[in-house]
Amino acid sequence: MSSLDQRFGLARSVTLPGPLKLDGGLRFGPIDIGYETYGQLNADNSNAILICHALTGDQHVASTHPITGKPGWWTRMVGTGRPIDPARHFVICVNVLGSCMGTSGPASLEPGCLTPYAMRFPVITIRDMVRVQALLLDHLGIPTLAAVIGGSMGGMQVLEWAATYPRRVRSAVVIAAAARHSAQNIAFNEVGRQAIMADPRWRGGDYYAEADPPSAGLAVARMAAHITYLSEAGLTEKFGRRLQARDAKSFGFDADFQVESYLRHQGISFVERFDANSYLYITRAMDYFDLAEEHGGRLANAFKGSTARFCVVSFDSDWLYPTSEARAVVHALNAAGAAVSFVELSSAFGHDSFLLDTPELNRVVDGFLRAGELR
Amino acid sequence: MSLRPDLAIIAENVAPGSRVLDVGCGDGELMAVLRDRRQVDARGIEIAAANVSAAVARGLSVVQGDADTDLANYPDQAFDYAILSQTLQTARAPDRVLDELLRIGRRAFVSFPNFAHWRVRLALLWGGRMPMTPALPVSWWATENIHHFTIDDFRAFLRERGVTVEDAWFLNGNKRTTAAAANLRAEHAVFLLRR
Repeated sequence: MSSLDQRFGLARSVTLPGPLKLDGGLRFGPIDIGYETYGQLNADNSNAILICHALTGDQHVASTHPITGKPGWWTRMVGTGRPIDPARHFVICVNVLGSCMGTSGPASLEPGCLTPYAMRFPVITIRDMVRVQALLLDHLGIPTLAAVIGGSMGGMQVLEWAATYPRRVRSAVVIAAAARHSAQNIAFNEVGRQAIMADPRWRGGDYYAEADPPSAGLAVARMAAHITYLSEAGLTEKFGRRLQARDAKSFGFDADFQVESYLRHQGISFVERFDANSYLYITRAMDYFDLAEEHGGRLANAFKGSTARFCVVSFDSDWLYPTSEARAVVHALNAAGAAVSFVELSSAFGHDSFLLDTPELNRVVDGFLRAGELR
Repeated sequence: MSLRPDLAIIAENVAPGSRVLDVGCGDGELMAVLRDRRQVDARGIEIAAANVSAAVARGLSVVQGDADTDLANYPDQAFDYAILSQTLQTARAPDRVLDELLRIGRRAFVSFPNFAHWRVRLALLWGGRMPMTPALPVSWWATENIHHFTIDDFRAFLRERGVTVEDAWFLNGNKRTTAAAANLRAEHAVFLLRR
């Protein structure tokens, strides 16, 4: 691989013709894809690791975010001396279909039009996201992946990868995820969507021309979702009932409490980097996700053709994708005869634990990946 | 690395290249030996998260789970051997666990501490206290062993259930004991069973 090959490196983008037949029935193309690669593909193409990002994540897994200027979202897992190390691995991270960081989404221009798709963008699924990633791998000349790894919605993509492209995945790491969205998961997403659509600036999704997006609605959506990423114990430890920069309650509706101030900050900083319509489309894709349903109602059938090794990790304080959901995946993998490891790790910080400093997670992932490299 | 004596017996008697499920595999000590020395495709179940992490970190396929509840999802005869070492006496329903072992595995290795070993008998007879011996080092209120049984109990149990004993080994420390003397002299027993 030439280091001058423009297909590889940070902040890459490509437009592939498609068309891709979507689960919703439409044919979609051309497809813009924003992605990054780290490290070098080895001579026998055997060291490629695909990292799948979560709902509001992006391809900047270990590089500075172009809008926020913050470090990559998973530098604890990816980097020199980390379990996923560009010195050993060729790392690929792709902005998902429907998102807003370079891959086609509702904010992208509709072909033949001068305006964005907005709500004319087709409704997509997790499997559609994975199909786009597979198209990109074809373009990059990567037939098989040493590993696919992801947390949260990224973990759903990992499961979908193993089910849809069983011969292309040798190891699969599924962290803090589930094989389907529960009623509670759908309910929280619906609150977020309704917050966006209730914002008068949403305008049926056609807000791009005015440069006046439904920021208030999107911020509320983010605030509600953010609560689900944390645990009660984590919130109590971090904020308790402490007041924000004041000695007494204001008897008003300012952010008296630190937790309010924190959530408002989360909401406000989120809208700078994320498109409200993308939020609608991606949460919809998550809600539609039910891997068993795609395989005759039996989850084990999804993994019938797979020869991959699996590593499933949950966190004891994660109530968004609780251990019971991870166990359902593990039971299905056992029934399918797959080589599976599973551990519930202890952490106080809820669903977000997979992004935080959890040495035990790194230890497990490192050991699992290295064992796969020995095969 | 030297294995615990009961594990060493199991390791020596698993056919090379076979498929093995180690139920209650700890940090994967036996699995690692089976993989490295006997080319075994080994899978494990372990209840303690720290043990599971350690096993996965050494590259083993281990699932955090409970022998009492998590065996039901494995298909029939999915393994050549199911191994249950020093775990049957901790199960809530040892009879069901044994049934599951013999369903999932064509054969099962079961090892357990013998509650009729002479030290145990003496501790009860002369001391009048629940025994704490080298084989049973934990006090009554802290032990995970909730179903104590003897070698003769186990033999009777197997007879009642029509389980075939293919082989058995009886250990007093590192030394072997005869089958006839086992119920008095053996601290540990290892049975190789099949339906």
